[in-house]
Amino acid sequence: MLFIIQRELRHYFSTWNGYIIAALALLIEGLLFNAFAIGNTAKFSADVMSDFFYLASGITMVAALFLSIRLFAEEKSSGTIMLLYTSPLTEREIVYGKFISAFVYLSIIHILSLYMPILILVHGKISFGHLGVGYLALSLIGAATLAMTMCCSLLAPNQLLAGISAVCLLVFMLILWLLAKIVEDPFRTLFVYLAFHNEHFTTLSRGVIHSKHVVYYASVLVFFLECTVKTLQVKRWQG
Amino acid sequence: MIAAHGLTKYYGTKAVIKSLDFSIKQGEVVGLLGLNGAGKSTVLKILAAYLHPSAGYATIAGQRISDQSRQVRRLTGFLPDVPPLYLEMTVATYLQHVLHLKLGRTDKSQAMIDAAVMKTNLASVYHHCLGTLSHGFRQRVGIAQAIIHQPAVLLLDEPINGLDPVQIKEMRDLIKSLRQQHTVLLSSHILSEVTKTCDRILVLHAGKLSTLQTASSAALYCEVRDNPKTVLPKLAAITGVERVDSHMSAAGSYRLTLQTSRDVRAEVAHLICPFALLYLKEERHDVETMFHSLVQEGGKTQAERMNDAVYHSA
Repeated sequence: MLFIIQRELRHYFSTWNGYIIAALALLIEGLLFNAFAIGNTAKFSADVMSDFFYLASGITMVAALFLSIRLFAEEKSSGTIMLLYTSPLTEREIVYGKFISAFVYLSIIHILSLYMPILILVHGKISFGHLGVGYLALSLIGAATLAMTMCCSLLAPNQLLAGISAVCLLVFMLILWLLAKIVEDPFRTLFVYLAFHNEHFTTLSRGVIHSKHVVYYASVLVFFLECTVKTLQVKRWQG
Repeated sequence: MIAAHGLTKYYGTKAVIKSLDFSIKQGEVVGLLGLNGAGKSTVLKILAAYLHPSAGYATIAGQRISDQSRQVRRLTGFLPDVPPLYLEMTVATYLQHVLHLKLGRTDKSQAMIDAAVMKTNLASVYHHCLGTLSHGFRQRVGIAQAIIHQPAVLLLDEPINGLDPVQIKEMRDLIKSLRQQHTVLLSSHILSEVTKTCDRILVLHAGKLSTLQTASSAALYCEVRDNPKTVLPKLAAITGVERVDSHMSAAGSYRLTLQTSRDVRAEVAHLICPFALLYLKEERHDVETMFHSLVQEGGKTQAERMNDAVYHSA
């Protein structure tokens, strides 16, 4: 598995794609931070932090989507998937190796975004607990998006369709809280719980950690990773 | 080393290969020949544990592919029709990556990479990026990735595809040199190249398999009036006679077909004269003629087809 991680990380660092995704994510995050999180009106540092995490969550989801969309789709289009299929590695090693590499790269982007909370610290007062929980939330939503997109990357025949299907799935998961408003229980409760961002992320971004939200993101992550493993097991013998 | 038993593969309702049975001994270089779409790549993919057969099974070094796929994948090296290359990598990092995928980290990594580089003559481009290499070099890197972990079996799908005449000769020499350490099964639709490279040819046509020897062989066709049963062992014992077939014709005479590797007409005529010789003719067959007759008249055995052709013309 280590070799898969090395190869994927090497790809992010040896091609323009990785740098472009990181640069754009950090640029847009910085601009949004300056325009909306800091803004022109006086705010408490905690509110600035919450706004920062809220804005960063959107950027994280988009960056995760771009980072993982190629993981299988590119290998299929270039024919290199054959190397993985004919190697003695298990499907789980392949899938988790690819996921970890994308997650490590996403974490690097998160680390590089730390200058924004540091700016808040310089000009105000922040709670390190809030900072830690906020970044945990970003990591969780990023990891879940990576897993979701990676599954689409394996299922779709090419990168374009993989991207479209991943965006559709992500948008559906995001707007479930809106659907919850027009249905009655038990679907309302179910949709509110399944909504990808609304309740779960907002709570965490305020620095409040609750096992319910962590379990939700962990469940989405494991569910899509295992779906990818199962899909790969089927596809591996289909040639 | 390689054995297939009743190997069948359906794509939807269409059977690409039907009940294939063949075996390949250790150290043999065998060509899998067939027209485009004959199912050559399908056979190789099944043997590389990349495709599941619809029926039947295959073994590599006695290990059943579908049951022990992980072990089989370590034992085989596979070059698909398009070499699976990460174009942003250098030759060095790519080969190291493939070796790690196949065997994990080993103490002999560098020695194995050096051996593959030496065999495929890649030293001059060792630190070059794969994306900058010519087609010929990419094909060489494809072979290098297949032999990097020193597998017992090499499966090469169209290894000379798109190469120029000089590169084809180099590739032929390279494949010939691999026979010392590997059992090689290569597919191609270029007859002349397979003939020059392989010990034996398996012809795949309409989902079925026939075997051709690469050395030109001959067949001796005889017809006698009396039953030559008593002389058949003597005919088979003649040096150069590989096989004797006998059957009765519709006219009541007896037709003998002898597969030979040298001119044995004098000895045969001497032995069968007492049975009232009616007809004797030798036909030399080159591989191309045999291949064309196979693909044009699939279903019959080689002896049956030649019998028909010879006696009808006579």
